Amino acid sequence: MSEAAVPLWEVFIRARQGLAHRHVGSVHATDAALALQAARDVYTRRGEGLSIWVVPSVAITASDPADKDELFEPTASKIYRHPTFYDIPDDVGHM
Amino acid sequence: MYTQGLVSIEGAGGPEEERFQARIDAEERIEANDAMPEAYRRTLLRQISQHAHSEIVGMLPEGNWITRAPSLKRKAALLAKVQDEGGHGLYLYAAAETLGSSREEMVAALLDGRAKYSSIFNYPTPTWADIGAIGWLVDGAAIMNQIPLCRCSYGPYARAMIRICREESFHQRQGYEIMMTLCRGSEAQKAMAQAALDRWWWPCLMMFGPPDAESEHGNASTRWKIKRFSNDALRQKFIDATVPQARYLGLVIPDPALRFDIASGHWCTGPIDWVEFRRVLAGGGTCNRERLEARRNAQADGAWVREAARAYAAKQRRQAA
Repeated sequence: MSEAAVPLWEVFIRARQGLAHRHVGSVHATDAALALQAARDVYTRRGEGLSIWVVPSVAITASDPADKDELFEPTASKIYRHPTFYDIPDDVGHM
Repeated sequence: MYTQGLVSIEGAGGPEEERFQARIDAEERIEANDAMPEAYRRTLLRQISQHAHSEIVGMLPEGNWITRAPSLKRKAALLAKVQDEGGHGLYLYAAAETLGSSREEMVAALLDGRAKYSSIFNYPTPTWADIGAIGWLVDGAAIMNQIPLCRCSYGPYARAMIRICREESFHQRQGYEIMMTLCRGSEAQKAMAQAALDRWWWPCLMMFGPPDAESEHGNASTRWKIKRFSNDALRQKFIDATVPQARYLGLVIPDPALRFDIASGHWCTGPIDWVEFRRVLAGGGTCNRERLEARRNAQADGAWVREAARAYAAKQRRQAA
């Protein structure tokens, strides 16, 4: 049994109008139409969504977990990017 | 995508492995492309793929009754349940694939008998009451096992389990409702329910695995927070929850030694027949051969569909070019 591997697709679902599509899992399918059909069968059996995106997994470029510090550490020290860094007297009211 | 750049931690007990354990101890989740000890990857891959196989093989004993369900309501519910089991198998295969195995490899391992699945599915379903007993007891035991897995240290597995647990609750309730309907019916129907309980009770207690003293995978899995409760602790939880449910139905648990221990507040059962457990695990159950044969046939019968889908996709690509 040496069949060719069936490509992997990542599935994203919009739960409600107004929300972004969110990654929910993956399916195998030979083409986009079948991937959409499989995603509908596997991930929306209980009204989980109103819209589905399927994306070939190979099309996703991901950051390397080993680069985590280099990529995300610098923001930890930039506390002036947050509103709480600035002192505003209570008398001024909500801002 | 997942199989690119698997990072393994070399050297057991080295500083890298210590850092990994520290992340686990801090309740940090491990994600697909993170560095992990080879043994952690292997343990998870074995557990998740076996879990996936169990869901898929688990469709068979119940699928047996879809065409003979006693009413349209029961048929629709059973169809939805079996469909869910298929879905659960797919969520779990997807989670296992993030560890570097392909779907094809896993399916091949099941079909040629290298991979195991839960022994419970090697028992037959001779009557409609077995469908009630499976939902109530088998799914009930599975839920006990699966709820702690929602907090498992491996992110993709934990996320699949959250989804599965949300869907399983209907499975158990529909099973109990079938039992309740039978128990409120004629004498023959009640006897059918009792016979199903008699068949499934002990195998369900075995579903939690061997006693803690003999469990081979327990220690490392506990240290890695894959397993949060011991086999015996989960089994006891199931017994304590289920005995009152049986009494409510007016059914008798098939264990003359069963007694309530006031001091501990737990129900104590008689000894479990571990020889039987190992016999079924080793392939000696009533349906071991039948189940694998059904899966092999399904795979073979579906070959032309996969071939057609591939040919169609290739044609589309040619026409687009």
